[in-house]
Amino acid sequence: MTTPAEWAQRESHTFDRNVIAEIRRAANTGIYRIRGWGAKRDLPTLDDLVVLGASMSRYPLEGYRESCGTDVVIGEATSAKPVRLDIPITIAGMSFGSLSGPAKEALGRGANAAGTSTTTGDGGMTQEERVHSKTLVYQYLPSRYGMNPDDIRNADAIEVVVGQGAKPGGGGMLLGQKITERVAEMRSLPEGIDQRSACRHPDWTGPDDLEIKIIELREIVDWQVPIYVKVGAARPFYDTALAVKAGADAVVVDGMQGGTAATQDIFIEHVGIPTIAAVPEAVRALRDLGVHREVKLIAAGGIRSGADVAKAIALGADAVSIGTAALIAIGDNDPVYEDEYRQLGSTAGLWDDFQAGTDPAGITTQDPGRMARLDPMIAGRRLANYLQVLTLETQTIARACGKSHVHNLEPEDLAALTVEAAAMAKVPLAGTGWIPGQ
Amino acid sequence: MSSSASTVLDFQTASLREINQTLHDETTGSFTIVNPRGAHAVAAGIDSDIQVEIDGPVGYYCAGMHQRGSVVVKGNASTGLAENMMSGTVRITGNATMSAGATACGGLLVIEGNAGSRCGISMKGADIVVGGTVGHMSAFMAQSGNLVVLGDTDSDLGDSIYEARLFIRGDVASLGADCIEKEMREEHLVLLTELLSKAGMAAEPRDFKRFGSGRKLYNFHVDDIDAEVARRTEA
Repeated sequence: MTTPAEWAQRESHTFDRNVIAEIRRAANTGIYRIRGWGAKRDLPTLDDLVVLGASMSRYPLEGYRESCGTDVVIGEATSAKPVRLDIPITIAGMSFGSLSGPAKEALGRGANAAGTSTTTGDGGMTQEERVHSKTLVYQYLPSRYGMNPDDIRNADAIEVVVGQGAKPGGGGMLLGQKITERVAEMRSLPEGIDQRSACRHPDWTGPDDLEIKIIELREIVDWQVPIYVKVGAARPFYDTALAVKAGADAVVVDGMQGGTAATQDIFIEHVGIPTIAAVPEAVRALRDLGVHREVKLIAAGGIRSGADVAKAIALGADAVSIGTAALIAIGDNDPVYEDEYRQLGSTAGLWDDFQAGTDPAGITTQDPGRMARLDPMIAGRRLANYLQVLTLETQTIARACGKSHVHNLEPEDLAALTVEAAAMAKVPLAGTGWIPGQ
Repeated sequence: MSSSASTVLDFQTASLREINQTLHDETTGSFTIVNPRGAHAVAAGIDSDIQVEIDGPVGYYCAGMHQRGSVVVKGNASTGLAENMMSGTVRITGNATMSAGATACGGLLVIEGNAGSRCGISMKGADIVVGGTVGHMSAFMAQSGNLVVLGDTDSDLGDSIYEARLFIRGDVASLGADCIEKEMREEHLVLLTELLSKAGMAAEPRDFKRFGSGRKLYNFHVDDIDAEVARRTEA
């Protein structure tokens, strides 16, 4: 039983010890907390959905034998060289600068082995990633750091980045510790500055302009490769519709669980909407325009398992994109470096100071000694294995639903475990036919 | 460029795609584009030593990502003229609207008339010479290269500028964050003389003022009051 003295000493819900610690930190330093990773708060996720396997009313496919397609084709209607992926899981945009050269190489090697694509980031294309990525998507960002037409022509697709899930409406950030001579030269910036990228494109300001921009990009590459538009999940119905109107071959919708190399903590935790809420709205826009499964939807933000992949596809995505999970697969937060994580004031599994350049695993750093720890061949194999597991898991679920291709998964194969998830995902609450708001 | 030696590409009989593909396929020679009528992305993506003359107004992104060679626009241009150009020369006899020379990495962009807002935004190494005025937020976040303006500028010139150099002959309505006037040294007069000569602009370099970065926004300011208190306590 609580004593009156204990009750008097109770912790405030509004000002709990974490809030108090952050206020004290802010008062001491005068700067907002900057970190990597994605949202850490408890958000509605795809875990709040379950898959309805086949039974009397549905035939399952033989789980280990019958074929279940996983391929994705992007840009067939517009491009001489569409992107053809063997699996519906792509590697999200992550820059050289935020990541080390060996990390970019590892991502390329792993993606190649699995038959999927990698993506550049805010800082241009490096030889490490071009040479080691069979299918490389070139991000066209507001900063245009390292942007040049040779690299654009050397890419297999172009992704016009309007925003990302960790910070819709915000620009990139790379702190001075990671602006080495090579990174500075690629970005035409002074070495050692705290780089804060533009959040808006310098030469277009709305969807009508973007339509013309996409025409320009297509002209520059002679209509050879597809063009994606990536948005941070905020208003996915309108953003998706406008991206389609602008001429995108694929729309990447990145939920607020999407990771970043460096951003204000307050931004990561409070701006944007969760992936589970974003995907159905994007699909609604595609269906309204009659282009669902034609203009491809790539869902991103907190994808971890084949269950996440299957659920995102069942909600209507054509593919997913992974970033944080890919970094973990290649060795991020590896317990083998526990002593060093502790020296950094953290522990393996919790370390998120990607901005600091001190990554013991050699992934989010430009320090030569740390980078040398990452063997891109071994790390690439780890990623390939992980992608294989995601694919097998996705197929397992699809077959259990009787689907001979993962794209045959549909909302009817899902139920929600919470009222909130039912409302956001627009699938019935489990055991009922009730979809809130419908 | 002699028009008689040029291959004529006519928007009345050819599509944008056909015209640009011709410019991309050819590696030498001169081309005259007629009847552009404000078309977008005209002569975008050139990557050879060809010479192109466009007789009339163009829309967005004319000569976008231009490399090598030259493009001359006899008329006005809309948004994003020569955006992200890498090398070569782009010249326009009329005015350009927003974001001319945005993120341009190299080469020479000459605007004989006026330029609208955000001229030279995020420029990364190009030389831009404007015969008239430029609009607000010009040279916003300009990283490197030179912007020369013979006329006036609107407000917030060079906001958040990095290492680009701005040479302005007329009045500056206001400077943006961390953009300051700097001493015009002899080396800058030599550079400016060369830029004006390359652009074919008659002006006296000593009539210009130079602006650049105060370098006060390059890094976050991080306080540490606890450490200061600890030091005082020890003392």
